[in-house]
Amino acid sequence: MDLILEGIKKAFWLLVSLDPEVLGITLLSIKVSGSATLISLFIGISVGASVALTRFPGRRIVVSLINTGMALPPVVVGLFVTISLWRNGPLGFMGILYTPLAMIVAQTVIATPIVTGITLAAVQQLPAKLRLQILALGATRLQMLWILIKEAKLSLLAAVMAGFGGVISEVGASIMVGGNIKGYSRVLTTATVMETGRGNFDVAIALSIILLLLAYLINLVLTQVQQRERRR
Amino acid sequence: MNTAPSPVFEARNLQVIRGGSLILNVPSLAVSEGEILVLIGPNGAGKSTLLQTLSALAKPSRGEIFFRGQKIGADIPLLQYRRKLAMVLQEPLLFDTTVYRNVASGLKIRGMKRDEIEPVVAKALERFGIAHLRDRSARTLSGGEARRASIARAFATNPEVLLLDEPFSALDPIMRETLIEDLEKVLRETRITTIFVTHDRMEALRLATRLGVMNAGEILQTGSSDEVMNHPANEFVASLVGVENVLHGEVTQKNAGSFTASVAGQAVEAVGPMEPGAEVILCIRPENVNLSGAVSGNQRGSGNTFPANVEKITPMGPYQKVQLNCGFPLVTYATGHALSALSIKQGTEVLASFDAISVHVIRKRE
Repeated sequence: MDLILEGIKKAFWLLVSLDPEVLGITLLSIKVSGSATLISLFIGISVGASVALTRFPGRRIVVSLINTGMALPPVVVGLFVTISLWRNGPLGFMGILYTPLAMIVAQTVIATPIVTGITLAAVQQLPAKLRLQILALGATRLQMLWILIKEAKLSLLAAVMAGFGGVISEVGASIMVGGNIKGYSRVLTTATVMETGRGNFDVAIALSIILLLLAYLINLVLTQVQQRERRR
Repeated sequence: MNTAPSPVFEARNLQVIRGGSLILNVPSLAVSEGEILVLIGPNGAGKSTLLQTLSALAKPSRGEIFFRGQKIGADIPLLQYRRKLAMVLQEPLLFDTTVYRNVASGLKIRGMKRDEIEPVVAKALERFGIAHLRDRSARTLSGGEARRASIARAFATNPEVLLLDEPFSALDPIMRETLIEDLEKVLRETRITTIFVTHDRMEALRLATRLGVMNAGEILQTGSSDEVMNHPANEFVASLVGVENVLHGEVTQKNAGSFTASVAGQAVEAVGPMEPGAEVILCIRPENVNLSGAVSGNQRGSGNTFPANVEKITPMGPYQKVQLNCGFPLVTYATGHALSALSIKQGTEVLASFDAISVHVIRKRE
């Protein structure tokens, strides 16, 4: 119990003293996970909406793959991204392994199926005749897609929350592709693992509390937006 | 010289095949400027498929559609064509935003500027009595309000042709009545070319300048309301337009300009050039069947007058449906007051009569 209280005190102190290392780790966490979420939103919404709106042979297999991808283990992603970015790997020429960019790539791979799956479900849930109505209003295919995405915005906010939640909290892939390099590729989760391993539980708890607070604040903002939309 | 107005719409050999079944087969259909063509038919008749095909929302398996003489998809691009039409579907399908933005959506899609949209939307809202709802969320509207918003959205784009797919279904009778009244007024004012599909006969009669009957993907008959109602082309059309008395008989005697047919052993007179031996279907609208009081003795009136037994009386709002047995079944309607005055109740013996001229004759196909 003392350990937890000590951790909370330490977290409070690290926060109010604006500890440069913690601040850097937190900012990098936001930068990496925020970028990965944004990229996954772009890919996931486009792919999810397209799959929801089109019929093609093997569609069920694609939907099953997307749904399976929603439970993709971060360590598996970390492994394959590492192999891909390894010096002799297919993308080794990019030379980005053990950089924040590699972490963004790995986290994008984790978040994209989540966003795709939720978008797919959200667009499929819209009334089937809504597409006809939008086209009947004179919309182009692109305008129709945009209107449908706007109609599914409440569910898409859930996709943002799930996607961000999935990547801000993952550790396996970030450690494997980022290397947890101090001041360069260390994020809240990887730092927590490291401090726990060192027996620095107070620091680990402090970092965990910051991570929880960060996840909570971002979800609070998104929930506010979502509920305001719901009430409108 | 041909002076007939050129059609706004013209469909030729239109066929839609889905899952190997022919679900729409319209060899030809033309709709003229300012016409309100109402298509009635039961569920699954192909009415919605026809509207979706005409509006280029569904691709026909075969056939061509012309808009003001231009072949759609060839002479006129599909998008440009769709922007000349407006369609209202069975459900309001409003967007998750305010009523104003919903009504403005078609104009926004066309890239109109905000200051140009404002007066157009204001007029459409006013026209359908929903100006006070402009800032309300579409999600909070009642069924009737949502339908109004949906129709206002269609009108806001100032379409050359309006396609309405049962827009009043699932509305309560009061809302339906006021909405039909408003739509009727706007359609008469704007003289916009309209194709309206419904399964409600009364809606059809209120709005149609031309009536069509559909079943199993085919248009069985088109014509003026009077023509279709009183001269149905076949038994199906007769039953759909409310001809409740459809009698099958065989011509026994040819008279001057008329004939006598045997219906369940009874002689029924009708007008028309039929030869003895011909099999006919005799259609009599219930409102053309008259009732008179108690029968005395073995009475058989002149012309089509038959002693009948009242088998059932069913209240139908302001009228009572009276089902008679004259040797063949016959249905008529009467007010409760009239039935009381004639002391007619279930089991009463009465006289049922109808004029030979009110019998519409269909020759049975060989």
